[in-house]
Amino acid sequence: MEFSKKLSEWDNGKGLREPVKALEDKWKLVPSFLEVKGLVKQHIDSFNYFINVEIKKIVQANEKLFCESDPLFYLKYLNAYVGTPDLEEGFNITKPTTPHECRLRDLTYSAPITVDIEYIRGNQRVIKNKQLIGRMPLMLRSSNCVLTNKSDFELSQLDECPHDPGGYFIIRGQEKVILIQEQLSKNRMIVDEFKGAVQCQVTSSTHEKKTRTNVILKNGKYVLRHNALSDDIPIAVAFKAMGICSDQEIMQLIGTDDKTIKKMAPCIMDCHNLKIYTQTQALAYIGHKLKLKRYPSAAGKVKTPIDEARELLATTILAHVPVDNFNFYVKAIYLAIMVRRVIEAETNKVAIDDPDYYGNKRLELAGSLLALMFEDLFKRFNWELKSIAEKIIPKVKAAPFDIVKHMRPDLISNGLFTAISTGNWTIKRFKMERHGVTQVLSRLSYISALGMMTRVNSQFEKTRKVSGPRSLQPSQWGMLCPSDTPEGEGCGLVKNLALMTHITTECSEEPILRLACNAGVEDVRILGGEEINHPANYIVFLNGNILGVTRQYKKLIKIFRMFRRRGLISAFISIYPNHNQRTVYICSDGGRLCRPYIIVEKGLPLVKQKHINELKRHLRKFQDFLNDGMIEYLDVNEENDSYIATVEADIDPYVTTHLEIEPFTILGVCAGLVPYPHHNQSPRNTYQCAMGKQAMGTIGYNQKNRIDSLMYNLVYPQCPMVKTRTIELTNFDKLPAGQNATVAVMSYSGYDIEDALILNRASIDRGYGRCLVYKNAKTTMKRYSNQTSDRILGPSRDATTGKVIKAHDILDTDGIASPGEMVENRQVLINKQMPPANVTPVAQGQIQQIEYKDVPVTYKGPVESYVEKVMVSSNADEACLIKMLLRQTRIPEIGDKFSSRHGQKGVTGLIVQQEDMPFNDRGICPDMIMNPHGFPSRMTVGKTIELLAGKAGLMEGKFHYGTAFGGSKVKDVCKELEKHGYNYQGKDIFYSGLTGEPLEAYIYSGPVYYQKLKHMVQDKMHARARGPRARRHLRCVRPPGQSLLVPRVSLVRAGRERRDAVRVQAALPGAGFNEHSAATYS
Amino acid sequence: MFKLDEKPRVFLEEFRVKNAPDDYGMADEKWDFKKFTKKFRIVIVRMDKWEMEFDLIGLQPAFANAFRRLMLSEVPSMAIEKVMIRNNTSIIQDEILAHRLGLIPLKADPRLFEYRLEGESEASEFDTLEYSLKVKCTAKSQNKDTFKPEDLYENHNVYSSQIKWQPVGNQASIHKEQDVGPVHGDILLSKMRPGHELDLQLVAVKGIGKDHAKFSPVATATYRLLPEVTLTRKVSGSDANLLQSCFSPGVISIDSEGCAFVKDARYDICSRNVFRYDSIKDAVILSRIRDHFIFNVESVGALPPHIIFIEAVKILRNKCKTLLEELNKI
Repeated sequence: MEFSKKLSEWDNGKGLREPVKALEDKWKLVPSFLEVKGLVKQHIDSFNYFINVEIKKIVQANEKLFCESDPLFYLKYLNAYVGTPDLEEGFNITKPTTPHECRLRDLTYSAPITVDIEYIRGNQRVIKNKQLIGRMPLMLRSSNCVLTNKSDFELSQLDECPHDPGGYFIIRGQEKVILIQEQLSKNRMIVDEFKGAVQCQVTSSTHEKKTRTNVILKNGKYVLRHNALSDDIPIAVAFKAMGICSDQEIMQLIGTDDKTIKKMAPCIMDCHNLKIYTQTQALAYIGHKLKLKRYPSAAGKVKTPIDEARELLATTILAHVPVDNFNFYVKAIYLAIMVRRVIEAETNKVAIDDPDYYGNKRLELAGSLLALMFEDLFKRFNWELKSIAEKIIPKVKAAPFDIVKHMRPDLISNGLFTAISTGNWTIKRFKMERHGVTQVLSRLSYISALGMMTRVNSQFEKTRKVSGPRSLQPSQWGMLCPSDTPEGEGCGLVKNLALMTHITTECSEEPILRLACNAGVEDVRILGGEEINHPANYIVFLNGNILGVTRQYKKLIKIFRMFRRRGLISAFISIYPNHNQRTVYICSDGGRLCRPYIIVEKGLPLVKQKHINELKRHLRKFQDFLNDGMIEYLDVNEENDSYIATVEADIDPYVTTHLEIEPFTILGVCAGLVPYPHHNQSPRNTYQCAMGKQAMGTIGYNQKNRIDSLMYNLVYPQCPMVKTRTIELTNFDKLPAGQNATVAVMSYSGYDIEDALILNRASIDRGYGRCLVYKNAKTTMKRYSNQTSDRILGPSRDATTGKVIKAHDILDTDGIASPGEMVENRQVLINKQMPPANVTPVAQGQIQQIEYKDVPVTYKGPVESYVEKVMVSSNADEACLIKMLLRQTRIPEIGDKFSSRHGQKGVTGLIVQQEDMPFNDRGICPDMIMNPHGFPSRMTVGKTIELLAGKAGLMEGKFHYGTAFGGSKVKDVCKELEKHGYNYQGKDIFYSGLTGEPLEAYIYSGPVYYQKLKHMVQDKMHARARGPRARRHLRCVRPPGQSLLVPRVSLVRAGRERRDAVRVQAALPGAGFNEHSAATYS
Repeated sequence: MFKLDEKPRVFLEEFRVKNAPDDYGMADEKWDFKKFTKKFRIVIVRMDKWEMEFDLIGLQPAFANAFRRLMLSEVPSMAIEKVMIRNNTSIIQDEILAHRLGLIPLKADPRLFEYRLEGESEASEFDTLEYSLKVKCTAKSQNKDTFKPEDLYENHNVYSSQIKWQPVGNQASIHKEQDVGPVHGDILLSKMRPGHELDLQLVAVKGIGKDHAKFSPVATATYRLLPEVTLTRKVSGSDANLLQSCFSPGVISIDSEGCAFVKDARYDICSRNVFRYDSIKDAVILSRIRDHFIFNVESVGALPPHIIFIEAVKILRNKCKTLLEELNKI
């Protein structure tokens, strides 16, 4: 040690060894990683854990059901299963289904939950297998989904896009995502400062209870605060109630140094003043401070306050610390550590934990949220069964009571379905009420869907204007994307996962316990306070619970890491020390963020070039690297205990422990689309992250089979000329959303102020920016209880001429518009009629004359659409469902919004004929002219490089890469341009299309990838024939005789850029401008 | 100081294009027909069925530009304007298919047709060409062990060659099918699978590029000014090689003594990369001759490029005539 230190001083940590060679094509590890842990793998893993493991645990935890009216009766759950997705087609008849069928038919993609049960019928014991208790909505691509392990060809036969990430649910035809929820870790001590007072807080969470316990410094004394107690309890009383009666013992547990003794003295005094010396006295004291229970337990067993206090201490206060047979010793040690933390934090501000630190956060995924909901529903299900049993068993009955007949699967099914479809997670047991847990999967573009799957929602209130939780935390490095967050209220609270982030699922504590004991961890129960607090000892925590004490923490950590690298314990177990607290934390709980790193030993990464070469030849997979102990996962806490080099050159042989796999993986999916993001001003990348989700393009290979309520498609989408590695990894190049436009950066006309763009008419004529807008119309034909039902009639004819009336012009003889027809405003799509509600049912065979009411589905909108397809099917209620897909083809017009991939959005200011466009020596006219004023203030250097690299790529016939922190270098790109005879700066001589003379300046021109955003002028046009209704009330105020004319106001809603574009139009007289009146703004 | 001759020039400096100091552009010059006829020359450099390169020398840029603009936007050509869709069960949408069909260049000579008036509903043989496209994709029964679409399906790709001309009125006796059909037979229109079917009636009319780019008879018509490279001093040795590499191939040659000389600047691309190198930066003057326009006309296929140019001249002449007539009326 001494020698190596000297050596490193002598050679500045470098000299004596040859530099570590950079591993070529190391990035190939990323696609290999994504193969196993895809972008939405965390959702799927979590859901798989729930339906395969946790659901069984939940059923097991609530396995027995007794009935108080019959002591012999019981119901026992033996096992639980989640089946494969199917549809119920009548009683006990099911048919396998596919996700796409559910989407089209407004059904729920779900699988039956069945249980094996053993119960008493009459006086017989009966075992019944595969009893249905409810239906579980299935996550797409989870282990029970029909899409898992299917080839692309098989997926296409199921009408599914092979690039669709899955990880969402289909509830009543709607795609719903359970967002990742971020929250503070459970069962961990967190010391924070609240209104100047230091406190140590623990939120305990077990399957039964969720409670919060505080140790607070109040008036110079330490007190225990808990929701179940009406008043704060002096800490010494709490210790005495736990059976630590002597003051000496208390002090030994907390600490015997002078400072601690001085701080604790008033508390001990307090206890004496209260005359509490024994455990019974302490329990009695606490018993009198209990909050009154609103519902006394049903059985009428009245407990004494002492018993209740003991019960409370054992099960509610610090609920996660187990108490066996009312032996509170471990809990007392835990409480003592809490007190010690508070004492420490009073003087040493460093000891205060940062609640925004990511090591203190856990991410809750679909699996754990559904588990909570399922457990609640299952308990309610059992409670209902129990009350039915209690009601029926005492009655005299003909047949023996069979509980199976009273099992209603609807309770669990509907509970789960409504929770997911509304996003309201209400669990009364835990007083939990959360809204907006789920969202409809945005299918605007492929990236928006993918971006949604990686979104992390924070529990913080969005309206609170605090900066702490919103600002970028250093511990987010590599775990959450630093760029991808919305602007406005959700800024910094809604985050997105980075490319290589994985969220852990729970793994069993059993093997860890055994290993820890073998590695020299001693049980605290056999140790006294002095031993536990000895300066040489480190306390070992496992998932927030005290595991024991060790003298050799270094050895313990080393052994754990070695076992993990060997694959003998789960790869997601983390272990790290905290030297200030003299503790070692071992974590195996779910919801931790983690990320793979290459292990560095003795200054050299364990992954060698030959391994990468094997990877390239598909002889090695990511899992092999894990198995061979060359790569390991580190969670945020352990990452902060490591020394990680970003690139090989940064490796310090004496300290470096890990090497980053690829720096660009610190960005997420959306930020990964930006070429050269490291050359841009950071907010620009953030803007692009928001805009990439609005870009229209391709949403999936199955887009033509979908009938969505709104879908935007580009007619000729293109893969960007300047790609990034992330683009290839996310398959954006296969499902692109944009087109490469040849851009000239120059001023033209004056219609290009404030980011407005000039488009080339000929480019538009040839199909640039053309898009398809799909909307749907749907209706159901209901059957009513009075034996009447909705009906559809053929087109009506005019009474005199006998011709089909105009509104029914497009109807087919069946009363439904046929595919290919053009529909105009107010035309009828489906000629539906409804019977009145007051019809009384008549006997069968009789024909009743009913006056039907017209309830047609009509088309509304100023611009006509075409009927693309019509679907006639039935929904879950067996009612006839008719869906119709309507299409519009839109050509770019003035006011349509476009954006490059650098947060540079702008609206079309003018469309110019090709002959008026400037042209260069080669006769190339730009598709688009962009004003150079967009650059200086935005500082989007990445865009200029994209243009240059794109231009060189065109010449060379290849794609350049603009991967973050890498990519093609400007120098090489310039060289390529020069090779092909272009100016190395990318500037060309242009001639004015109007005068024919050369322009005085050289024009920077080349291809830039432009996205067409969903905001189009056509949709923003809102007009009404009459003025605001509210004006009518004014009439009463006005003096009589003066009549008020409702003004004919037409309102045009417009965004800022659009407004400017319109202003430009207004400023220049004679500009061809008809749709919007400039007067609107005057 | 090095002296250039009297030709009007623009100089390509490192950061801008600059006119010669005493040159105010030819816009101010008084039009002199005699002078013009003396100076004006047309040199055809290269010409084939598709493309033509020719020089207009001694001309004002307004004229050159007028010809360019007219060729792009006012010389008429025939293109499919209306598509009657009887059946389309393919995956391509009706509007998109119609748009694609519109962009197909047709061989029909627009000079033989008239403009179809706006309100006119009846097609006449003088203003309309009609085509039909009727394709049905079917599965081939044999070949079970293949995945190539060409082995599995019949008509899985629809090409422009499948468009059939349907003469209107007396057209069959005037035109021949190969003179009115699509220029290229290999334009992919749509991809189909068994069960997909197209049954379309296409109507082509005469139009101009101003209305829609599909009516433009040229892929592009453009010009550039004649480049000129002048060496102001002797450049030899490695600098000569460097100089050579800064220009398009064939612009700079090196003589036996290793000195660079300008061989032919006509095909220089004017990349100005020579300004990158301080050692040779001062040895060259890059300029372009302002009244020497090198035109490049690429026909789309209906008309040979020289006809397109002549048509453009005719249009300009007619425009002038109309203007004069209007002026005389005042």
